[in-house]
Amino acid sequence: METKELTCIGCPMGCQITVTMENGAVVSVAGNSCKIGDTYARKEVICPMRIVTSTVRVVNDPSDLKKDPVKVPVKTSADIPKSAIFDVMDVIHKTCAKAPVKIGDIIVENVANTGVNIIATKDYPGK
Amino acid sequence: MNSYDIVIVGGGPAGLAAASAARDAGCERILILERDRELGGILNQCIHNGFGLHTFKEELTGPEYAARFIDKVLEKHIEYKLNTMVMDIAPDKTVTAMNRTDGMFSIKAKAVILAMGCRERPRGALNIPGFRPAGIYSAGTAQRLVNIDGYMPGKRIVILGSGDIGLIMARRMTLEGAKVLCVAELMPYSGGLKRNIVQCLNDYDIPLLLSHTVVDIQGKERVEGVTIAKVDSSSKPIPGTEIHYDCDTLMLSTGLIPENELSRSAGIDINPVTSGPFVSENFETSIPGVFACGNVLHVHDLVDYVSEEAGRAGQSAAAYAAGHAKHTENADIRVKTGPGVRYTVPTTIDTVRMADKTIVRFRVTQVYKDQYINVYINGTRIQHKKKRIMAPGEMEQVILNKTQLAEYPNAELTIAIEPEQA
Ligand SMILES: Cc1cc2nc3c(=O)[nH]c(=O)nc-3n(C[C@H](O)[C@H](O)[C@H](O)COP(=O)(O)OP(=O)(O)OC[C@H]3O[C@@H](n4cnc5c(N)ncnc54)[C@H](O)[C@@H]3O)c2cc1C
Ligand code: SF4
Repeated sequence: METKELTCIGCPMGCQITVTMENGAVVSVAGNSCKIGDTYARKEVICPMRIVTSTVRVVNDPSDLKKDPVKVPVKTSADIPKSAIFDVMDVIHKTCAKAPVKIGDIIVENVANTGVNIIATKDYPGK
Repeated sequence: MNSYDIVIVGGGPAGLAAASAARDAGCERILILERDRELGGILNQCIHNGFGLHTFKEELTGPEYAARFIDKVLEKHIEYKLNTMVMDIAPDKTVTAMNRTDGMFSIKAKAVILAMGCRERPRGALNIPGFRPAGIYSAGTAQRLVNIDGYMPGKRIVILGSGDIGLIMARRMTLEGAKVLCVAELMPYSGGLKRNIVQCLNDYDIPLLLSHTVVDIQGKERVEGVTIAKVDSSSKPIPGTEIHYDCDTLMLSTGLIPENELSRSAGIDINPVTSGPFVSENFETSIPGVFACGNVLHVHDLVDYVSEEAGRAGQSAAAYAAGHAKHTENADIRVKTGPGVRYTVPTTIDTVRMADKTIVRFRVTQVYKDQYINVYINGTRIQHKKKRIMAPGEMEQVILNKTQLAEYPNAELTIAIEPEQA
């Protein structure tokens, strides 16, 4: 048996929830004041998921990468496992998109093998 | 002099929603003046998700939320001028502005909507005498540097203040490869959302030091380190509790304050509690025909409420410009704060002019569990609603009906937070 402590994010009560686990399965959830906390805790201890937002470099002229350090904001098109956040950030840091970029454009497909795409969250028409 | 029905000062979410609603209400000549090089306001730098859940039932990032409102303004062919700074608003609603192409110019408006947003509180909060080395940033400035200019302010960072912008920046800097050593908070609790504490700090093992403050900054040219100490219940540092951090950057997340220099010089009455104008139920300030909405009115934590309020302000301005909806003498209800309520918006309700329903938004003074929101008119209780939790960080509201209020012209309405027995 092991226990995990977490804070529910469902509302400002911020209940401290204790989840008891055995062999990777949830045995019991305690400390929550309502059903939302129970659902949240069960998902959070087994497979916490997060949306990642960041910016990628975008260039007008791919032959001169140093020239324009413009950034366009991006996000993962769905949530990804929390454990993959830094792998995804690695790809984002190495990526350079080419202008023009439209909101919703796919910038990276299947980022870090998560099955999720990186998409632009803003237009960049280019120079 | 050029003339417009409505001139809107500021092209952030408030200005955009107000413009769009005013056009829908039939107003033809609308002009938005924005000092930045693009529309969208502060949302352009808020690249994280969590916007628009109430309005669109999905979680958007700041730029995505802004784009939906910018698109509406473009579709409706509403005029706007970028890189244009409004310098003065005269009580007769002459708006004076300046930009590179037109120079200084004045516009006569039938109605003006103030939508200038807010700015960060000055550093005053940091009570350390002496020089200021480079490497001290407000969290909002740092957010703009990283997210728009693509420039990293530092590598080893201490953040003072645990408001949402500070928490969001702690995660952002970590994802960009910096080390955030700790977030120190003067108060014994954080004003930030639980979700941000979990997903911006706990996810990355960034310690949150409650009841702590910065007592010393080291470094001459550039920050080289900071000293943090625990504080007692009167916020005084406790000797012997100092912790030293080697760092190159100190970020200050000291909260937001409505940007009302223009409103003040126009002679608009400002509520000292919100630092925003006093308004009536149609968002009209103390100067008839001048309206206010968004963060210039009171600091919002949910942009959805900004858009919704701004829409109502836009409709009111359109009605005013068309010559309708004038204030009715002797029909006002004055809205007062009772125990536990810090402020309300609006502070007066014209019971003749008001729509069928009006929303009064307010903030509570502290965390309340299992207490009631009570509404009284001239001492008679007209609403009684239990809330499991209320916190200063989350805006509360009551909805008032015209039919009920019409029975009490010239009355006093009080909103109070009370236990069952009161
Ligand atoms: C640094 C910062 C970070 C924030 N982060 C978050 C967040 O993470 N999540 C969240 O929900 N909310 C956040 N907010 C709150 C957010 O500002 C509001 O939800 C929303 O953007 C308010 O909209 P607004 O239109 O009232 O103000 P703004 O978005 O601030 O827009 C005001 C506009 O008016 C323009 N303006 C001001 N003065 C003049 C003038 N004299 N002439 C011409 N134009 C002028 C400004 O350039 C700006 O574009 C943040 C606010 C700040 C300041
Ligand atoms: S368990 Fe329920 S009451 Fe407690 S924080 Fe979560 S949502 Fe709120």
